[in-house]
Amino acid sequence: MMKKTLVGGVCLAALALLPLVVRNPYVLHLLIMSCLWILLGQSWNLLGGYTGQVSFGHAAFFGVGAYTSAILVKSGFSPAVAWSGLLLGGIVAALLASVIGWICFRLRGPYFALSVLALSEVLRLVAVNWKQLTNGAEGILYIPAFTSKAYYYWIILALAALCFGVIRVVMRSKLGFYFLSIREDQDCAESLGVDTTKYKLYSLLISAFFTGVAGSFYMNYLGFIDPGIVFSVHDISVMMILVTMLGGVATMWGPAVGAVLYILVSELFRVWVRSGHLIFFGVLIIVIIIFFPQGIVGTINQWRAGRRQRRAPVPRQEAA
Amino acid sequence: MSLLELKGISKRFGGLMAVGNMSFALEKGEILGLIGPNGAGKTTIFNLINGYFSPTAGSIFFDGKRIDGAKPHVVCRLGLARTFQVVKPLARLTVLENVMASAFCRTDHREEARKIALEATAFAEMEDWSDRTAGSLPLGMRKRLEMARALATKPQLLLLDENFAGLNPSEVEKTIEIVKKIHASGITILIIEHNMRVIMAISHRLLCINYGEKIAEGTPREVAENQQVIDAYLGVAGDRPPGGGAHA
Repeated sequence: MMKKTLVGGVCLAALALLPLVVRNPYVLHLLIMSCLWILLGQSWNLLGGYTGQVSFGHAAFFGVGAYTSAILVKSGFSPAVAWSGLLLGGIVAALLASVIGWICFRLRGPYFALSVLALSEVLRLVAVNWKQLTNGAEGILYIPAFTSKAYYYWIILALAALCFGVIRVVMRSKLGFYFLSIREDQDCAESLGVDTTKYKLYSLLISAFFTGVAGSFYMNYLGFIDPGIVFSVHDISVMMILVTMLGGVATMWGPAVGAVLYILVSELFRVWVRSGHLIFFGVLIIVIIIFFPQGIVGTINQWRAGRRQRRAPVPRQEAA
Repeated sequence: MSLLELKGISKRFGGLMAVGNMSFALEKGEILGLIGPNGAGKTTIFNLINGYFSPTAGSIFFDGKRIDGAKPHVVCRLGLARTFQVVKPLARLTVLENVMASAFCRTDHREEARKIALEATAFAEMEDWSDRTAGSLPLGMRKRLEMARALATKPQLLLLDENFAGLNPSEVEKTIEIVKKIHASGITILIIEHNMRVIMAISHRLLCINYGEKIAEGTPREVAENQQVIDAYLGVAGDRPPGGGAHA
């Protein structure tokens, strides 16, 4: 545990030093987007992977986070103040999550997944039509606070690392055990003393908070959002699921691997075939789902666990 | 005061009266056996006590508190644990993790939960299996995992739902030993079992139900000799199956 933390710290420090070497803004942009998607993948993974509560509408929390920052600037605060939206955006997203979770988590089955999908679409329509607040479909535009991409990189790297750390601590605690037991069997979890409604809500709150933070960062970094971008079902909600599945659902490193691959594949093929790049990502996803349903990291973990179990002696059973 | 008391409990599913006006009490330190033919309502009674179902009528008291209608996790924290007839392992977790998940019922600390879990797995005599994933266990061990997990919640009362079903004879002997050990550690037990040899050997008292109603209650010998019980299990002499042409 100590050793792993040390190695992690060294890796993080190395990643943090990257902008001193890498000056190319395009490469920095790719690094920033990778970290953003690591953050998004991890947020989804906590709820959908570890807790087993699949959400088809995390764009709701992403968009609310983004609009929190955007509306701060639009109402006259300086873009520097908009950074406080990182925290505020997360909090607003978590508040929204607590309402939808409080209603839906009493029920089991697909209700939550579908309600969140509906919620994100409703919010998109609200954002399009409530023009005084959101400028409607024109979107909100402002000049970002920093000109150097290095600052953005450091901020999003810190956020992704923070989220990683939080999930790691959570998954080793009582909370994590409760999340897993809810995923495996809710009836059983209840009989073991788990208030399933409450703990599903806790998982959602953490997940939505970090998704909201990511949304706010997105606004601060790109300087422009409109409802179609941040409340997008396919570009945000579904992509969060795909990134996680690609790397490995319910694994610590899965979302990171998935996110980096997503950005790399998209960019590589974007250079060659322009918007046709989505086809290649789609093919990659299909291959992974058919042949490695556990995702990349999940398959590796499974392979290693299998080897460990084959080596271990078979325990004695009482004879018949 | 009885540890568990059911007063006039009924449970109706649509037109079906699964449990009708059931009353019984369980004293501290007792092992009460619950028997009855298939579909008699035994597991429904467990689900009512444990909080999966709320009764249609009647009340349930545990340790002086009314618990009918309370949620299962609340009932569990009060000190009432159960096992499942259809085992419910947390399949992708290891045995130890399964038991730790339930030990968190009594502590918030990982190390403490681990300690409780190690004790409970040792008590259920499955420590050799603790690193296996629960989904890979053979049935006998899954049944034992149910017990280890229930024990880790540190219950006062344990409901055992057919923990002997599907076990081979030596596993049955081992499980009898474990149940006796659990009882000796001060835990009161309510047990559903079809294996008559087992239930006669370990229960202090028996309760026989049929069609959701109590038909006999007493010492194992009294119940075994009760004519209504024999009829319920073997059928009444002269009874014909429905549609058997009993027109005369």
